[in-house]
Amino acid sequence: MAETTTRELLLRPIFRRNPIALLVLGICSALAVTGKMDTAFVMSVCVTVVVACSNFVISLVRHHIPSSVRIGIQIMVIATMVILVDQILKAFLFDLSKQLSIYVGLIITNCIVMGRAEGFAMNNPPKASFIDGLGNGLGYGFILMTVAFIRELFGSGSLFGVEILKLTSNGGWYVRNGLFLLPASAFFLIALLIWFMRTVDPDQQENN
Amino acid sequence: MKLLEKLFDRAAPHFKPGGRLHRWFPLFEATDSFLLGSGERAATAPHVRDAMDLKRIMISVIVALLPCVIMAIWNTGYQANSTLAAMGLSCPGGWRGHLLAAVGCDPNSLVSNLYHGALYFVPIYLVSVLAGGLWECIFNIVRGHEMSEAFLVTSLLFALILPPTIPLWQVALGISFGVIFAKEVFGGVGMNFMNPALAARAFIFFAYPGQMSGDQIWTAVDGVSSATALSTLASGAPGHALSALHISWWQAFIGTIPGSMGETSALACLIGAAALLVVGIASWRVMLGMLLGGIGCSLLFYMIGSDVNPMFSVPPHWHLVLGGFAFGLVFMATDPVTAPHTFTGRWIYGVLIGALAILIRVANPGFPEGVMLAILLGNVFAPLLDYFVEQANIKRRMLRHG
Repeated sequence: MAETTTRELLLRPIFRRNPIALLVLGICSALAVTGKMDTAFVMSVCVTVVVACSNFVISLVRHHIPSSVRIGIQIMVIATMVILVDQILKAFLFDLSKQLSIYVGLIITNCIVMGRAEGFAMNNPPKASFIDGLGNGLGYGFILMTVAFIRELFGSGSLFGVEILKLTSNGGWYVRNGLFLLPASAFFLIALLIWFMRTVDPDQQENN
Repeated sequence: MKLLEKLFDRAAPHFKPGGRLHRWFPLFEATDSFLLGSGERAATAPHVRDAMDLKRIMISVIVALLPCVIMAIWNTGYQANSTLAAMGLSCPGGWRGHLLAAVGCDPNSLVSNLYHGALYFVPIYLVSVLAGGLWECIFNIVRGHEMSEAFLVTSLLFALILPPTIPLWQVALGISFGVIFAKEVFGGVGMNFMNPALAARAFIFFAYPGQMSGDQIWTAVDGVSSATALSTLASGAPGHALSALHISWWQAFIGTIPGSMGETSALACLIGAAALLVVGIASWRVMLGMLLGGIGCSLLFYMIGSDVNPMFSVPPHWHLVLGGFAFGLVFMATDPVTAPHTFTGRWIYGVLIGALAILIRVANPGFPEGVMLAILLGNVFAPLLDYFVEQANIKRRMLRHG
């Protein structure tokens, strides 16, 4: 791991080691908040900030964490970050924070954060850990935004709340597809994305 | 015929491995065996002598579906014609009106009913075959699989479980979803864990509820609302829902009521069931299980009764002839691929679907009809049921012989 360049640390998790598509982590929030682009965007930013910061802090103190209680200490760091982010959202973006409801708080349980802390930050210097957290947050955000783009476009005919396809209910031509408003549709979309990514990059396929 | 045979014989080498057009072999093979029959023979032992192959199974199902198709066409026309007659109109507008002008719209005329119904059924069926068939071709050519007759059944089933007024682009979208997500991504014919036709219908049901539920869509006349019997019952008075219904049991049995095109006639389904059972394709265990499950569950609700929910007071013999219960029982639940393979598993599977269908109908006010969802749920449980039956069998034999 030590030889990987900063550039690779940042960009690899977006496509080649994507935390959602390859490791299939963080699915719960990917289903729940992708109904609209703006919630997906805020959620991606939150997760990116939390993973990067918690990775950084955990990496700083990694030599002082006793191995037997490391999970508890990691969780404490992560929870602190999540509460900070949650409070900032409530202070400055109250409406969005209401829409995201419990999912910001649930970032604590997002496996990506925990996974990066345990799998990377515990063994790597702070700077590399921070970049790795940033990269994984971007990879998570990439999937979230792609899924939200499709779901909002076909489900509500809009992007970021701006009408793109004129709905029949407003006298337009586009009949909204209600399935894309249901979280279940994100399953199909993520599956399709995984299919696409594994076709482009066959290294990601599991060997049978 | 000789000419055709010569033509295909001459073309064959190009499609064999090494030939120029090898990639298109699935299409060639499909046309060849559709027009001339398959000349394939097993080259190595063991040889099983059985007249029943996949092609014959599928063709038998299509034959068994014919009564339902005829009823679907006739009833769609009959409902539309009698609604028009009640409104005092002689002909509907649009292109169908022009085509109908020669025959007229008389609900008492067999020809007019069939013709009017066909104008709705045939386009839906054609779109279903073409759109689904296109995906089927693409996947088979890419994978080098042979085409299968199974899709002919899927596309026909799908057309039969749609309301007559469904927009054609939704038919295309639905069957595409069903074929790709319920069948092809799992490996094609025989590998699907869900019934593709039902998955396709579920897709439209959740994606476009406006065109798939409510009371505007069941009669093929613009802007006329005619609720299905089940939604009429659901909005009836608690305790005596049947008094809200203006049809007799025999009407519901024969199928002269509004609903999805092929599902209204329990009689046609019964004929189909007899045909399937005689040739031994469908499993009688699944059918009987579902029948018993449905009767048991609805009897239970009927005896419990309810002061708020009118569906509790619908007696079992009504449940069986309304909605898609009969059609689902005969043609959907018995699908050999998605049903369990063990005999005990089939019993449990049937009972589970029957009970679930009635449970969704009665206890869930959001869905007046529950057969589609019940069968899809049953499909999901089928491998699990097989697993448990096998494990129980292994345990029993271990005790006996171990």
